[in-house]
Amino acid sequence: MATQSIDADFRTRLQDWIPKLVLSPSLAVILVFVYGFILYTGYLSFTDSKMLPSNTLVGWENYTKLWALSSWITAIKNLAIFSSLYIVICTLIGLTLAIFLDQKIRGEGVLRPIYLYPMALSFIVTGTAWKWFLDPGIGLEHTMHLWGWESFSFNWIKDRDMAIYTVVIAAVWQTSGFVMAMFLAGLRGIDNEILKAAQIDGASNWQLYRRIVIPLLRPAFLSAFVILSHLAIKSYDLVIALTGGGPGRATELPATFMYSYTFTRNSMGIGAASAVIMLMTIAAIMIPYLYAELKEKKE
Amino acid sequence: MSAATQDTAVRTGRVARTFIYLVLLLFALFYLLPFFVMLTNSLKPLSEITGGNMMSLPQVWTLDAWRSAWSTAQIGVEPTGLKPYFLNSLLMVVPAVAISTMLGALNGYVLTKWRFRGDTILFGLMLFACFIPFQIVLIPMARMLGLMGLAGSTPGLILVHVVYGIGFTTLYFRNYYASFPTELVKAAMIDGAGFFRIFWRIMLPVSGPIAVVSVIWQFTNIWNDFLFGASFADLDSMPMTVALNNLVNSSTGVKEYNVHFAGAILAALPTLFVYIVAGRYFVRGLMAGSVKG
Repeated sequence: MATQSIDADFRTRLQDWIPKLVLSPSLAVILVFVYGFILYTGYLSFTDSKMLPSNTLVGWENYTKLWALSSWITAIKNLAIFSSLYIVICTLIGLTLAIFLDQKIRGEGVLRPIYLYPMALSFIVTGTAWKWFLDPGIGLEHTMHLWGWESFSFNWIKDRDMAIYTVVIAAVWQTSGFVMAMFLAGLRGIDNEILKAAQIDGASNWQLYRRIVIPLLRPAFLSAFVILSHLAIKSYDLVIALTGGGPGRATELPATFMYSYTFTRNSMGIGAASAVIMLMTIAAIMIPYLYAELKEKKE
Repeated sequence: MSAATQDTAVRTGRVARTFIYLVLLLFALFYLLPFFVMLTNSLKPLSEITGGNMMSLPQVWTLDAWRSAWSTAQIGVEPTGLKPYFLNSLLMVVPAVAISTMLGALNGYVLTKWRFRGDTILFGLMLFACFIPFQIVLIPMARMLGLMGLAGSTPGLILVHVVYGIGFTTLYFRNYYASFPTELVKAAMIDGAGFFRIFWRIMLPVSGPIAVVSVIWQFTNIWNDFLFGASFADLDSMPMTVALNNLVNSSTGVKEYNVHFAGAILAALPTLFVYIVAGRYFVRGLMAGSVKG
């Protein structure tokens, strides 16, 4: 009798521990490979590391050097142009397509996967396709000339001032369908009775969407914003495949800057500093969002 | 995301409807055009591309570019084609997806049905890990892989993808399991079922929809990854995306555009296949899992 209760006691205690044991490998890995690594990169950003990590501390020197570099300023400006246009255009296209698709469209089942499929592709594939499509020598411009529109000119990808917009075009092509799917899911979740009531009150379609539907889509807007800004700051492969950061350094982004300073220009300290700034930017957007999400779920 | 079964209250006139269809079709064209151009031009001989119109169909249909991209194109120094790198990607993706999905399911199960003090904070830590720019971990990761003897190897890449995938898979399973009635789990506990028994018998059988989401998400992300592949792989473990980029950007000789396109489509095929087969479940599950929560 006594042994049995000890046994049972042991079993319940084991049952208490198993869940934590199961969770612990993932947690340990995240603590080391994410938070430990963040601390280490942060530490490196205060050292004079060149090709290899060094332990000589130099204070804020890497950060002052970084902000004095014209290529970093270009990268930051490009990120500002790219991310604002990318987020706004993707949201506008996504919302428009979702609202239009929600009008009992024949062939919705065919259109939806067509809008969505670019999301399945790698940015390297997207970049390869658009690089060629936008090349004045053989792509769109050449085709228009062959079709008899001799004065047609579209050489943004070769133009230092315009090349960053070709990155926007390709990125919008890739993700706007996904944003559409998010808005469509939001639209399908709206109670039709609300809309019918508003219509009986004499609201026009325009008013209906502007006053009722779009405010109700707030969560979808927020999710879209968070996902798109996160993708924008991380953008690396698309630039590599589409422009290689060029012409010159015209389409350099913080992600490509970090990579080239760390691994090809042997300025690991400056590379680490730029990575820290990227992390801070994302954290400023993500932490309030995650905090709100998790708090909401607790209630 | 159920199809147009819902009765939309909005009424539209004929002019407006024509306009809507026109816009929808134009965008369909916008999304299809680059792929159409890649596909048709991958079936042309090179002379037709450099001398001709990218929008026209091939005059001579040929699979030469595909054959070359798959098995003879020069990548790096060896004329191996993309075939070995395709296999590298497969060898990397399959274990990485399986392990991260399994861990995500277990974590989600613990975080919803075996709650303990501080579990929300732990989940928050895991969740934030999904959104870090990977540049912040590149330098220490390179050192760590070296220390572990995994530098430049496929197991090393699997480790990297599992580590940075757990956050997302945990998120999906946690949100999904949160809506599963905890009473059922409690009842099973009273009947004497243990932690793993409940997981196998009760949780896993209902996990189909979210497992699909997790697998598709991980598969497309890992297959399409370029940054980790470019940073941590060597020639023997190089994934498809990096090999494709090398193929397209190799500066020696004539630019064989048709081979580049065939290669790009080859690199896109597995994820496209997954989207076409299971894409609708993906969007549906993703919305149920992440937006509503």
